Amino acid sequence: MIDLLEKYPKVVEDEVVFWYKAAPASAFPENGGACVKYKDLQIAVFNFSRKGEWYACQNLCPHRMQMILSRGMIGSSGEEPKVACPFHKKTFSLKTGENLNGDTCAITTYPVKIEDGYVYVGFDSGYS
Amino acid sequence: MTTKKSQIIVVGNGMVGYKFCEKLRNSDTEDRYQVTVFGEEPWPAYDRVHLSSYFTNTDPHKLQMAPRSWYAENKVELRTNELVTLIDKENRVVVNHLGESFPYDYLVLATGSSAFVPPVPGVDKKGVFVYRTMEDLEAILAYGKKVKSAAVLGGGLLGLEAAKAVMDMGLEAHVVELAPRLMPNQLDEQGAALLRSKLESLGIGIHLGKMTKEIQGNGKLTGLAFQDGSFLETEMLVISAGIKPRDELAAKAGLELGKRGGILVNDALQTTDRHIYAIGEAAVHRDKVYGLVAPGYEMASQVVNQLLDKETKPFLGFDMSTKLKLIGVEVGSFGDPFGTSEPSHPISFEDKAKGQYKRINISEDGKRLIGGVLVGDSSSFGMLLQMTQNGMPLPPSPEDLILGGRDGKSNNPMEGLEALPEGAQICSCENVTKGDICQHVEDTASGDLGQIKKCTKAGTGCGGCLPMINDLAKHQLKKMGKTVKNVICEHFPYSRQELFDIVKIKGIKSYNQLLDEFGEGDGCEICKPAVASILASVWNEMILRQDTIQDTNDRFLANIQKGGTYSVVPRIPGGEITPEKLIVIGQVAQEYNLYTKITGGQRIDMFGARVDQLPDIWEKLIAAGFESGHAYGKSLRTVKSCVGSTWCRYGVQDSVSFAIRVEERYRGLRSPHKLKGGVSGCIRECAEAQSKDFGVIATEKGWNIYVGGNGGSKPQHAKLLVNDVDTETCIRYLDRFLMFYIKTAEPLQRTATWLNKLEGGLDYLRDVVVNDCLGIGRELEKEMDFMVTTYSCEWKEVVNNPELRAKFKHFVNAEEEDPNVQFQPIRGQKIPVDWKS
Ligand code: SRM
Ligand SMILES: Cc1cc2nc3c(=O)[nH]c(=O)nc-3n(C[C@H](O)[C@H](O)[C@H](O)COP(=O)(O)OP(=O)(O)OC[C@H]3O[C@@H](n4cnc5c(N)ncnc54)[C@H](O)[C@@H]3O)c2cc1C
Ligand code: SF4
Ligand code: FES
Repeated sequence: MIDLLEKYPKVVEDEVVFWYKAAPASAFPENGGACVKYKDLQIAVFNFSRKGEWYACQNLCPHRMQMILSRGMIGSSGEEPKVACPFHKKTFSLKTGENLNGDTCAITTYPVKIEDGYVYVGFDSGYS
Repeated sequence: MTTKKSQIIVVGNGMVGYKFCEKLRNSDTEDRYQVTVFGEEPWPAYDRVHLSSYFTNTDPHKLQMAPRSWYAENKVELRTNELVTLIDKENRVVVNHLGESFPYDYLVLATGSSAFVPPVPGVDKKGVFVYRTMEDLEAILAYGKKVKSAAVLGGGLLGLEAAKAVMDMGLEAHVVELAPRLMPNQLDEQGAALLRSKLESLGIGIHLGKMTKEIQGNGKLTGLAFQDGSFLETEMLVISAGIKPRDELAAKAGLELGKRGGILVNDALQTTDRHIYAIGEAAVHRDKVYGLVAPGYEMASQVVNQLLDKETKPFLGFDMSTKLKLIGVEVGSFGDPFGTSEPSHPISFEDKAKGQYKRINISEDGKRLIGGVLVGDSSSFGMLLQMTQNGMPLPPSPEDLILGGRDGKSNNPMEGLEALPEGAQICSCENVTKGDICQHVEDTASGDLGQIKKCTKAGTGCGGCLPMINDLAKHQLKKMGKTVKNVICEHFPYSRQELFDIVKIKGIKSYNQLLDEFGEGDGCEICKPAVASILASVWNEMILRQDTIQDTNDRFLANIQKGGTYSVVPRIPGGEITPEKLIVIGQVAQEYNLYTKITGGQRIDMFGARVDQLPDIWEKLIAAGFESGHAYGKSLRTVKSCVGSTWCRYGVQDSVSFAIRVEERYRGLRSPHKLKGGVSGCIRECAEAQSKDFGVIATEKGWNIYVGGNGGSKPQHAKLLVNDVDTETCIRYLDRFLMFYIKTAEPLQRTATWLNKLEGGLDYLRDVVVNDCLGIGRELEKEMDFMVTTYSCEWKEVVNNPELRAKFKHFVNAEEEDPNVQFQPIRGQKIPVDWKS
């Protein structure tokens, strides 16, 4: 199971070399998320329409290794946008991936952009 | 001008050595000292008190007192993996195992202790362990995988913790104790006997009065032979028979030791060399070694104060009160548990049925509490300890302290807090007083527990004082004239009841509108479902119109299970079902290969449906006449029934028909927490109606209504609201009761807790519901009528609405199912593969 975690390496926006065209923006619920499949990765993409922002992170919750975060509720803690895992409500920053309410390890976040009504998720060379 | 800084060397980077560095750095504002700390272990100091949690999370960082970066940032030179082997007192130099020397002006020995291993033949056998460091635990974990049973030598605090740990590893666990009772230093005979029976019922074997003669086995361990000729078979042994201060370094340097070992210190914690201090478990003070962190921390503080020329007071010993950290078995021992330190008389009380034993020792003049023992329920530990430590006056009948609430009123912890002196120590690990905490609350005008912990450090040690800190913060806020308002979270400065009224009066129908007009920020996983529940209770609209504010179970109208699949629970009102419908459930379960189980709520649960299968499964169930059972919602679950007068020879009313009527009336009713009901056909109460949020029991003349019961982790019986009412009156009262609860409870507060906290209690509730003292009876009934007439089955809507149906899939960009969902077989059905813990 640990290898599952290691499949989600950090991507830095400046180094993105590949934008994957995932799905039309309209397929993502407002203020909620949906899961994108890219090769053997599962990426949770969130349409934070309240803020007019988009976020993406691994779908895998590191607490009990569950492919689930896309079904989580989003919100904020102070200024920090976050997602809460449906299983045990561990919350993770959508910006840094850090676990905000405990000491579960951090999750990987991915860059997202919207172009011509489509959602794109950024990956680095390792996964293009 | 630069003055040369003095050098302090700390030997030992355990809990106390670390705390010394932290306290010194916080107080040494003039930067007078340079600090170097040596630790023999490979990692920076960690929280040994919570060492057992390493079994469930083997991440060494979790237990760290502070990360390595802390030492660097605070100019403390940390040398891990280095053993100090020599002290040269004359030249004030220490030497490490590599032969390097380091000069000091002051030396602080915080070398702690090691586990005491009794000289029994065979202790060197494979499979024998001690319980002190992370390495010890790793070795235990690794060996434990290969064996089936383990014994713990020592039935004290630590031994019992070790026993629980090996039991949690799935091993058959035994405890061997030399004394005739468990925890002989903390418990009296009666308390220890009760603890023993509790542990035995957990499956731990207890062997008392056993002197171990030999640890047997041919290379690896097979068992323990006792002096009395008996034998205990076991494959592994964890020795937890006490501690042995690490005084070898001090001894070699010619420092004086205690009679039974330990580095001898005076009231100023100095050893026989004025430049050398000893603190923590390594020190022996007035013939005593303190095997707890709190006294060690206190010693560290006092040495820091001396080094900085601050006001110092002599160290005069420390209270050894303790609470056991075993889940499921509460034990506390405080002050003088045996009442032998001065003339006193004990008051004790045992409730065998509840498994509780409580004892307090009262001073001869009847004015002070000097100590006591609690087994089975240690909720009053904090208060009793405070009364003991602060010599607080006793109530007129001291037995109330342990019997409490006999007149049905619970004893109010707040009253005791008022009487506590400012200097009362609330957190003994960090020596934080009532005054410190109240001051913080006053300065910040906030009772935020996280902030209190961060700023005062209270509650950051063993955590045993947290409930008390919480009460204290609330108490202080109240005193400051701030109403302690239960706001639901950082996004809404309102209580649930206030939000309920706002939603209703302002006609607000969406979460976003409420947040825009009455909240701040972007919401979170606490306020979203709470508001969703309010909106549903007021407007009763299809909840999936705002699916992303629902808890996951409500969002997918099914209960999420391990692995991410869902369960399907159709409503079976009153538990009554036709053979035809039973067959349909069987067929559907068979077609989708679902695990089926009869639930504790008189119906059938089908587990293991993928999210994309849910609408198809429900389509079939709905076609056969089923509807949603709302097992996923904070709403009505089931109304349990017994068979009643239609078949049963004792029945006086038709409980099945009535249960079905009630269940159908309140189905889909969203409430602060889930609701369960029960209807029994006679006084024999086979439907267990008195353990439900609302229960109805048939009498010759009609029905008795009970309210506010529940099972769960804190079971509570429902209370009688009214006797002998006819069927229509019964429904009216239930309408009023439920609606009143829905409008006034806090999020996730069940009827039992709500009723416990309702001012005026049951009498007031009866006044509202039966006597209509507020004049809102009609209104409550009307509101309930609205809910009943606007009910519709959520699954029916989803099945018939392609847009809603489309939401039920795993990937947004692929028609595949989640490849990570995996099952394994069990007794002819399937279950998910276990998750990683
Ligand atoms: C399926 C079932 C166990 C079973 O196999 O028998 C069950 C399963 C769950 N119960 Fe239960 N409870 C089930 C009967 C009970 C009962 C017995 C009863 O209803 O007579 C109780 C004690 C009675 C009571 O509620 O007062 C019970 C007390 C709880 C509690 C504790 C509630 C409390 O107030 O302390 C929880 C936790 C909670 O709700 O916060 C809980 C929570 C849960 C959850 C929903 C936990 C979760 O969120 O995943 C479980 C998942 C259900 C599922 O996936 O379908 N379950 N649960 C039973 C379903 C009954 C039904 O047909 O709807
Ligand atoms: C499983 C367990 C549960 C416990 N539960 C509780 C509890 O609930 N409440 C409570 O109050 N207490 C509890 N304790 C006791 C508590 O952990 C100790 O009182 C506390 O750790 C003592 O701190 P210390 O710094 O004096 O010693 P230690 O934590 O033992 O630290 C001493 C350190 O010094 C190092 N050292 C020794 N000699 C040298 C040398 N010559 N050179 C370099 N380094 C050296 C050692 O390797 C060690 O790391 C528990 C202990 C255990 C093992
Ligand atoms: S008792 Fe616990 S494990 Fe069993 S069903 Fe209820 S919540 Fe789940
Ligand atoms: S699996 Fe995500 S919080 Fe437990």
